Amino acid sequence: MTPGFADPVADAQSCFRAVLEAMSRPGRVQSVRGVTAPAPLCDAAAAVLLTLVDHETPLWLDPAAEAARPWIAFHTGAPTDGASFAMALSLPDLDTLPTGTDEMPETSATVILQVTSLTTGPAYILDGPGLREPATLHVTGLPGDFASIWQRNHALFPRGIDLILCAGNTLTALPRSVSVKEA
Amino acid sequence: MDNPRSARQRWMSVLARAETDRLRALLEDQAPLPEYTVLRGPEAGLVMVRGRAGGGGAAFNLGEMTVTRCTVRTETGLIGHAYVQGRDEKRAELAALTDALMLDPGRTDALERQVITPLECQQEQRKEERAAKAAATRVQFLAMQTMRT
Amino acid sequence: MAYVAVKGGERAIDAAHGWLAAERRGDPSIPPLGVAQIQQQLGRSVDRVMAEGSLYDPQLAALAIKQAQGDLIEAAFLLRAFRTTLPRFAHTKPVDTATMRIERRISAIFKDLPGGQLLGPTYDYTHRLLDFSLLDDATVAPGPIAAADTETMPRVSDVLGQEGIIEPDTASEQEPGDLTRESLSFPASRDVRLQALARGDEGFVLGMGYSTQRGYGGSHPFAGEIRMGEVSVEIEPAELGFTIDIGDLVLTECQMVNQFKGSKTVSPRFTRGYGLVFGFGERKAMAMALVDRAMRAEELGEDVTAPAQNVEFVLYHSDNIEATGFVEHLKLPHYVDFQSELQNVRRMRAKQETAE
Repeated sequence: MTPGFADPVADAQSCFRAVLEAMSRPGRVQSVRGVTAPAPLCDAAAAVLLTLVDHETPLWLDPAAEAARPWIAFHTGAPTDGASFAMALSLPDLDTLPTGTDEMPETSATVILQVTSLTTGPAYILDGPGLREPATLHVTGLPGDFASIWQRNHALFPRGIDLILCAGNTLTALPRSVSVKEA
Repeated sequence: MDNPRSARQRWMSVLARAETDRLRALLEDQAPLPEYTVLRGPEAGLVMVRGRAGGGGAAFNLGEMTVTRCTVRTETGLIGHAYVQGRDEKRAELAALTDALMLDPGRTDALERQVITPLECQQEQRKEERAAKAAATRVQFLAMQTMRT
Repeated sequence: MAYVAVKGGERAIDAAHGWLAAERRGDPSIPPLGVAQIQQQLGRSVDRVMAEGSLYDPQLAALAIKQAQGDLIEAAFLLRAFRTTLPRFAHTKPVDTATMRIERRISAIFKDLPGGQLLGPTYDYTHRLLDFSLLDDATVAPGPIAAADTETMPRVSDVLGQEGIIEPDTASEQEPGDLTRESLSFPASRDVRLQALARGDEGFVLGMGYSTQRGYGGSHPFAGEIRMGEVSVEIEPAELGFTIDIGDLVLTECQMVNQFKGSKTVSPRFTRGYGLVFGFGERKAMAMALVDRAMRAEELGEDVTAPAQNVEFVLYHSDNIEATGFVEHLKLPHYVDFQSELQNVRRMRAKQETAE
């Protein structure tokens, strides 16, 4: 077992700010600090878990990340009977996750997806609220048909899941409101 | 104690009620203490206290209480936890450290005799004092009996 | 409703706060009041602030009382504000009042109930004459003691329950509603009603309870049992996987035994109202039990006619922090609102005058 944030208040605030920036300016890459992640998680994914997940937000954990379960359970206390958040090492089937309702769209899941890189790999064109003009994001580690999967999710708006992409100590986000095309 | 879990539950409950200065003084007598890393906390937070409708019925949320928790790992790899009422961070940290030390078979007996038992005695004594004051206010209804005879 | 932003009060506000701090301190030739003194010597205020602030922490409650110059609703407000700064770690196992370490326990329905009656540190038999000896700080002898009995003290509802002549507790494993997480909605179930009453204003709950005794939704109550004392609190942290005891709370519980009812299929039996509050708060616990019973009218097939039986009325008005906020918001500038009303009245008066 290893500690969580080195400075629990300041590091969590700074990570929260990074997620907020990433959600409001989709695709812009942010960095986090202050945590050494348990294998197989990257530091950014661990920081997001520490920041957003607690004992009142059920977490679905990718079986491939099982080794990190004791650390996550200890630091977040998150129950496992639902999925306010999903921590995944490969994109899960979005149809199995809660997408909220028209009345309560906030009850949908937020997926924290660990990928290989946010600077290299296939390019995606992002467009939507928060972007003055379309932005380009490179990601290594998304499925080949990601753009079409995402557009189905995007079409559910105001319902739909939100995605936080993490690689190393960096992260970015794709809120449900953003549309994604292959470049 | 019949099993390790209930033994640990007992000492954790004693530690949760220990006074900070007393616990610190008792631990100092156990020197040298191992180095330790704080894995979490000490941090103050809340727990929601629940009651039951009618005393035994469905649960309801009565209100919150302050609690401070801490988890430490000693250099020998033992992990100790503490959840203690109130907001005293030092108390939570010392309780977590003592919990970890109690898991070390080489120390359990000495700690039990020199830390846990003295704390427990003090706590029992306080309970007994209050029970004795309450007992003094017991209504005897002597007049009623006299009238009947 | 409209407000208008008004600037220019900043210096006045700073000065007001400065004066407030000085007023709070009072005459500097008098020793300042310590938080520990409040905690030790104004225990009933501390208990009330913890109950209505819905946060059990005697030191914080004492601090809030000092800061609020003894304004208990303001102090409860301070606690409510403070609690929002803390994370919630867990919820406790429901406390077991049957295992309470009793400091007071009385029953108005059985003289000789098992375990006996203990008066505890009560005001009940004082003569309500001002005690002028308290003007001088005379030393007080420690209270008398006696050998404690180890006889168990079952709750009176359990005693009556053995005969089946009182409605039983119906346990349910359903997750209770939480007013601090979801706002009030109707119909409100009993768990939510009890939470609202436990943190409700003592004066309001008392007035509502009193109204039931005066015939507005009466339910013929008997104080079955009132008990006060310490209970231990247990939680089950995920990382441990077993329950641990984290401390003790003083609670006051009231079991009200109310009018019986029966039907062709169910033999007549007493109904119940329940009160449970933080600290030693007997008046509040009793009033809570009366109002809890009154709000069960619909469930028990009674006509809902009185204010105390009207769940929406009681729950929407029981919280003194909310009530304070809405009443005191009237102090905020309503200059534009009032200007428009003023113009209306002037116009109407002018019209009337021309008509005459």
